[in-house]
Amino acid sequence: MTQVRDYLRESALVQNRIVLFFLLIALLMSVLFLRLFYLQMIQHEQYSTLAQNNRFDLFSLPPVRGLIYDRNGEILAQNIHGYNLQILPDKVENMDELLSELRQLVELTDNDLTRFQKLLENRPPFEWQTLKANLNEEESSILSINQHQYPGIQLRAHLQRHYPQGELVSHLVGYTGRISPEDLDKIDSQMYQGVEYIGKSGVEAFYETTLLGRPGVERVETNAHGRVVRRLEQISPVSGQTIHLSLDIKLQEKSMEALEGYEGAVVAIEPGSGEVLAFASVPTYDPNPFVNGISETEYSALRSSPTKPLLNRALYGRYAPGSTIKGFLSLVGMENQISFNRRSHCPGWYSLPGDTHRYRCWNKFGHGNVDGHQAIVQSCDVYFYKLARLLGIDRMHEGMTRFGFGEQTGIDLIGEPTGLMPSREWKTRVRGQPWFPGETVITGIGQGYMLVTPLQLASTTATLANRGNKATPKLLSEIEHPQSESRETIPPIVEPVGLKPETLYDPVIQSMRDVVHGPTGTARGIGKDIPYDMAGKTGTAQVKSIAQDEEYDEQNVEKKFRDHSLFIGFAPLDDPKIAIAVIVEHAGSGSKTAAPIARKLLDYYLIDRLGIIEKQDGAPQAAVLQS
Amino acid sequence: MRTDTNPPYIDLPLFSVVLMLFGLSLVILYSASGEDMDRIMKHGIRFGFGLVLLVIFARIPPRVLLQWSPHVYLTGLILLMVVLAIGIIGKGAQRWLDLGFFRFQPSEIMRIAIPMMIAWILARTSLPPKPLSIFLGILVVLLPTVLVILQPDLGTAILIAMTGITVIFLSGIGWKLIFAALFAISIIAPAMWVFVLHDYQRSRVLTLFDPWADPLGAGYHIIQSIIAIGSGGFQGKGWLSGTQSQLEFIPERSTDFIFSVFAEEFGLIGVVVLLMLYLFLVFRGLMIAFYAQNTYSRLLAGGLSATYFFYVFVNIGMVAGILPVVGVPLPLMSYGGSSMVTLMIGFGILMSIARSKKIP
Repeated sequence: MTQVRDYLRESALVQNRIVLFFLLIALLMSVLFLRLFYLQMIQHEQYSTLAQNNRFDLFSLPPVRGLIYDRNGEILAQNIHGYNLQILPDKVENMDELLSELRQLVELTDNDLTRFQKLLENRPPFEWQTLKANLNEEESSILSINQHQYPGIQLRAHLQRHYPQGELVSHLVGYTGRISPEDLDKIDSQMYQGVEYIGKSGVEAFYETTLLGRPGVERVETNAHGRVVRRLEQISPVSGQTIHLSLDIKLQEKSMEALEGYEGAVVAIEPGSGEVLAFASVPTYDPNPFVNGISETEYSALRSSPTKPLLNRALYGRYAPGSTIKGFLSLVGMENQISFNRRSHCPGWYSLPGDTHRYRCWNKFGHGNVDGHQAIVQSCDVYFYKLARLLGIDRMHEGMTRFGFGEQTGIDLIGEPTGLMPSREWKTRVRGQPWFPGETVITGIGQGYMLVTPLQLASTTATLANRGNKATPKLLSEIEHPQSESRETIPPIVEPVGLKPETLYDPVIQSMRDVVHGPTGTARGIGKDIPYDMAGKTGTAQVKSIAQDEEYDEQNVEKKFRDHSLFIGFAPLDDPKIAIAVIVEHAGSGSKTAAPIARKLLDYYLIDRLGIIEKQDGAPQAAVLQS
Repeated sequence: MRTDTNPPYIDLPLFSVVLMLFGLSLVILYSASGEDMDRIMKHGIRFGFGLVLLVIFARIPPRVLLQWSPHVYLTGLILLMVVLAIGIIGKGAQRWLDLGFFRFQPSEIMRIAIPMMIAWILARTSLPPKPLSIFLGILVVLLPTVLVILQPDLGTAILIAMTGITVIFLSGIGWKLIFAALFAISIIAPAMWVFVLHDYQRSRVLTLFDPWADPLGAGYHIIQSIIAIGSGGFQGKGWLSGTQSQLEFIPERSTDFIFSVFAEEFGLIGVVVLLMLYLFLVFRGLMIAFYAQNTYSRLLAGGLSATYFFYVFVNIGMVAGILPVVGVPLPLMSYGGSSMVTLMIGFGILMSIARSKKIP
């Protein structure tokens, strides 16, 4: 039954197969060889590059952002150390456990945790990931004590912007924030290597390139876990330049205090140089939370507040100037050969010929026969209705524009509005309507279409104080190069407005002096015990027009329809050191609210800050100039 | 024709190539382990232990091995089941059996036990094998393969299955049958893909085809390994100077990915030397098989040689990015105990077979 086995045939069969199998092996070995040949010879360069890229890392060294000081060396923006809590996922055995333990030590919001979870999913586990940015001092000290217990966590220090003055100058200095996708479109990313923050508003935004500096770079050899094995070369970053502002933080503080409880703005300028001394806008906000991204709730609270704390009123607020322009209009009149001494009769109202509409004077009993001096001192509206009528809108527009009404002042801030000095051309273009004579009349007292910003008003006032020499308002007074410690002073830009002869200013300035110092002046209330000579002009800007047969009664008007209170002024008269514009929203007449604020601030600046005026002790004497 | 004059018999060509490979492994392991003398010592001790086993097995005549075959196989099968049971109870993948002083993978036993068992079955009747023998042979392959897959250790399962299949091929089964089997595999393989493979295994295979699709995740290891090999170039970066290895970009660099370290530091020149050594190793094994005295010895020697080849091919193919990452060591080079022991026993068996007959 079993056949005899043919062992020879069997071994031949298997030997045959062994040879075949060896051929198969040789074939497969050739495949391996070809693959390795391909990788090591043909693609060698490509993989060499990749290996180099693996191995070398370029670390950006962000520059230190330039500091911002006020004119007396008070720091307005500085860099402080912030600590981020970072985790290396590779080193963590139980992430959930670690997180719940860290929760005992630092406050972790759900937001922090979900953001971190996303990082864990999307980033390689050998990279440090930030769990929480900007720990407070207590948290970072607790963590640094306990750090050794948790392998895979570290506190990473970095510099971040801090504004020690907080809400005092937030509108002016602005703030930096994290670079957003929109910012990325605008910037040269080379200059922002490793930089996390960018100036978002105010001086921080306008002088971004000055403050930024230049990033450096460091080439290092790293291992697969990102640990630096060797440092190879380094190009040091160049720190940003330090900026010295013309701002006087103490005057700023007083201005903010004076405005407390109101909505309004104060701008003070040194007339000779255009240097901005105070730039206050109330209400305000704390810029510090913005640096690392303000929370949604905080931000929407600020945004939706009816008092608009985020709005920089000093720069962007646009108000009818009211009677504050009367001095300027007198100058425009004189330039057009309308005598300052020309008298007008004020019965308490004015009507255009052939019209029954009565344009009312604030004094319904009338001022009687007034000349330019009296008209400014008592702020007679009818005089200026008539002056405006005589000038006509074209000459008014031309003259007022030269002082800077309806024009940007050229201050070193972003997005300055022009205000509005209306003209026929403007009305046709924007409104598609012809200019009506009645509009000329009300423009004569700074009502109607005319709009000014507090900065503009301060700037034109400074020009007036400077007798027609217009200095461009500026915040930057000096740039300091931290490396060389050399300082570069920014010279003022002064241009004459071209009103000739200069003596024309004398009667107007004299009249504005009497607004404060004269017995009938609208601001005589602040002229009491004043130890220096000042000029001023009140303004009361109507927010709501009053019907012909209506009486304006502040008590009965809803707050949002109440008049804005305005005041402009400068002092000392013979050598003006400060020109100021105060606008307080819905605070009634200029003499009531804005004028006392201006007096307080001028006192403070001239007596306490400059020390050129001695404080009056009782004796109601006129100016005692020391200089 | 016994040449029993100077026992123990050592097949010099085979022994020299083993020694050369071991020498290379010491050199590259020193670099791959970050100059860890501790590891070098352990590796050396294992090799020494392996040498003892080699000598012992070289003295065991093939006819004794023939008698042991079913016992070894059954023992291996039982151990595999024990490992699996422990794994199920312990709720986790389990490949190791811990004997207190010694841990080993029962699947390693199968690298030798399967060729022994199949050779035992096929050698009982005349060749080419009858359908019943083939069926039994396939069963012998299938049982441990399934058990190893369940561990789950796909790489080892595929390797031991291929070894078994090779033995069946060597026994001279008809070509019709071979083509039929290939056809069947082409149908079964896609089904396996869908129903048998775990997600992680599937992603490994998919990553193979495009590791760059997920360079920080599943593709990371392969990419870093390929970069290491490719950047080695013709001459290599020099011993201890491979940036990919020294800076720890290569994963598992002293075990499964040791070839990448070797290729990076010694370049194509080193690679060719290494491939030639392995080719010679397998060639010598097949030569021993070719000249073996009887069918059992011939099939066993062929099967063992095939195992070495498959390990080398799958490991290098894996780190060079043409095969999926299945986690198999490179014979003699990779750092690890179980593998070394089975390898050396295998060489011992080959030498025992070589001893029975004069080989050119």
